[in-house]
Amino acid sequence: MTTTDTTLTFDDAIAAYDPLLGFEVHVELSTNSKMFCGCPTEFGAAPNTQVCPTCVGLPGSMPVVNRTAVESTIKIGLALNCEIASWCRFARKNYFYPDMPKDYQISQYDEPLCSDGYLDVDVVDADGNHQNVRVEIERVHMEEDTGKLLHTGGDTGRIHGADYSLVDYNRAGVPLIEIVTKPVPGTGALAPEVGRAYVQALREVVKSLGVSDVRMEQGSLRCDANISLMPKGSPVWGTRTETKNVNSFRSVERALRSEIIRQSNVLSSGGTVVQETRHFQETTGDTTSGRVKSDAEDYRYFPEPDLIPIAPEKQWVDELRAGLPEAPGLRIARLQQEWDLSDFDMQSVVNAGALELVVATIEAGADHSAARKWWLGELTRIANSQGTSLAELAITPAQVARLAELVDSGTLNDKLARKVIEGVLAGEGEPDAVIESRGLAVVSDDGPLLAAIDEAVAANPDVVGRITGGKPQAAGVIVGAVMKATRGQADAGRVRELLFEKLGVTPE
Amino acid sequence: MSSQTSISTEQVAHLANLARMTLTDDELTRYADQLDHILHAVARVGEVAADEVPAMSHPQPMVNVWREDVVTPGLSAEDVLAGAPAAEDERFRVPRILDGE
Repeated sequence: MTTTDTTLTFDDAIAAYDPLLGFEVHVELSTNSKMFCGCPTEFGAAPNTQVCPTCVGLPGSMPVVNRTAVESTIKIGLALNCEIASWCRFARKNYFYPDMPKDYQISQYDEPLCSDGYLDVDVVDADGNHQNVRVEIERVHMEEDTGKLLHTGGDTGRIHGADYSLVDYNRAGVPLIEIVTKPVPGTGALAPEVGRAYVQALREVVKSLGVSDVRMEQGSLRCDANISLMPKGSPVWGTRTETKNVNSFRSVERALRSEIIRQSNVLSSGGTVVQETRHFQETTGDTTSGRVKSDAEDYRYFPEPDLIPIAPEKQWVDELRAGLPEAPGLRIARLQQEWDLSDFDMQSVVNAGALELVVATIEAGADHSAARKWWLGELTRIANSQGTSLAELAITPAQVARLAELVDSGTLNDKLARKVIEGVLAGEGEPDAVIESRGLAVVSDDGPLLAAIDEAVAANPDVVGRITGGKPQAAGVIVGAVMKATRGQADAGRVRELLFEKLGVTPE
Repeated sequence: MSSQTSISTEQVAHLANLARMTLTDDELTRYADQLDHILHAVARVGEVAADEVPAMSHPQPMVNVWREDVVTPGLSAEDVLAGAPAAEDERFRVPRILDGE
C-alpha cells in the first residue's frame, strides 16, 4: 500500500475543503423470530442451531413476513419523521458471497417502507455552544441480516490471505433495518462530531422505541460513514468513500477525522480519491482500503416473487404514531428544565448512563437531587470500581428511593446509607432488612449516646478542660470518640448538643 | 414499451460475468441471439397491455400476508450441515473467497 505524505492537518483540510457526509446505519431488530421464518434470533447461540430451510435457502422453502418487524420499522420511520409508504414491495439483491446462502438478500429497493424524514442532532462546537444540525433521512427500509464468516488460515483471521472460511447462518435472516441519510452538507470542522452525535441520537431514538437493543459492540447497530471533500465553495461534490465497521460512537468521529485528513492530502497533492469501501482500524484510528466499487457491483434488483406487497393501513400507522414515546432529545430537554440543571450537570447524568435510573428513582418517590446524588456518587463509584455499568448493579431504583427516604427522615446518615447500599448489593435484601440485620439505624435514643459521652469525657480530661476553658471547637475530639464507639450510628449534631449540655457550656 | 428489443453480446458478457459463467465467443453470440428472441416475445405483451394496466410483480391482488412473531422449531446443526460439501466446527466450510494478496 502506498502512503501519501501527510502534510495537511485536520485544520488545514477544513480550511481548504468542505466535507459532505452521509450515513448508512443498520439496526438489527429484537424480534423473537427472524424476518421471514420462525427461527429464534438470540445472540451468541451455538453455530447453525437457529436455522431452518427458509433461512439457509433450501429449495422449496418460502419466506413469510414477520408482522412485528414491519411494525417496528414503521415505528422507527415515524420517530424519524418519515412518510410511511401506503404500498411497497421487497426486492431481491443478487450477489455471490457465502454470507447469504440463497445468493441473494431480500431487501427493499426503490420502494422503501419509510422515506423523507429527519433527525435533529445537538452538537457542541469548540466554544461550548450548542448547535442544532438537521440530518435528513432519505429512507428506512427492511431487509434480512447475513450469516457470519470466520476466515481461517493466513495470519490474522482476515479475509485476505485466508485459506478458507467457515459460515454460521444463525444471523442470516434476522430482521435488519437500514437507515440512509441524505447528503449532509455544511458541517465544516464539526463533521466528525456531527457523525458521532447523529449515530448517538439515532441510537437513543431506536432504543426509546424498544425495537432493538442497539448494541454497537454486538453488532446490532452498525454504521457505515460516507464522506467526500470538495474545494471550499465548489458546487461539485467530490468522490466519496464509504468506511465500514465503525463500531463505537468515538470510532465514527475518529474515522471521519482520519478520512478528512487522508482525502485532503490526496487532493492537495493532485491525486484523485478512489471511490471505494474502506475499513476503520480501531488500533491506529486510520482507515485502510477495502473493495473498490466497480460496475461489477450490479445487484440486478427485482421485485421478490415469493412475497406479496406490504400495504400498512392508515389506521394502524396512526395508532403507532399515537403510541410513540416522547422523542429522547425533547425528553432530556424537558427533564433538564424540570430538575433545574445546568447543561453540564444534565450531560453528566446522561453520560453516566443514569438517566433512566434517576427517572425511575424519582418515580419511586425520591426527589431528583437525592436520586442524582446516589446514582452519580456512591453507586457510580462502586460501578467503576467493579468495571460494570450502573444498570447492571444489583440495586433497583425503588431501593435507592427507599434509601433516600430513610436518609431524609434521619433514620440513616450518609455513612450508614453507604453501608446499606453495600448490604443490598451483597444480596442481603431490601434496605430495611439490611438495616435490621446489620443493626445500622442512627441511634436516636439518648441513653446509649449519654453512656458513650460519659466514657469519652472520662477518657479525655484534658480535652474537657479545653472545652470548658473556652474552646468549644475542641469538642470534635469527644464527638469523634462517641461516633467511633457507636460505630458511626450516632447523629453527630445530637452528640454535640448532649455534650455541651452535660458540660454546661454554651457554644459560640 | 418498445417492441424493438435487442441485446448485444457485450450485455450478455456482462450478465455472464455477474452470474459467474465463463462463455466462449461462439456461446456469447448464440445466447445473444436466443435471448433476443425471448425478449421480443415478451415485448409483444407490451403491445396488448394498455396504459391503464399497471405493471405487476405478482399475479394475486393481495397484500399483507404475514406471520406473528413466534418462534417455531427449525433444524439441528447436524441436519443443516448434512448436505454441505464441507463442514468444520459446526459451520459450513467454503473455499477461499478472495484470491491472492
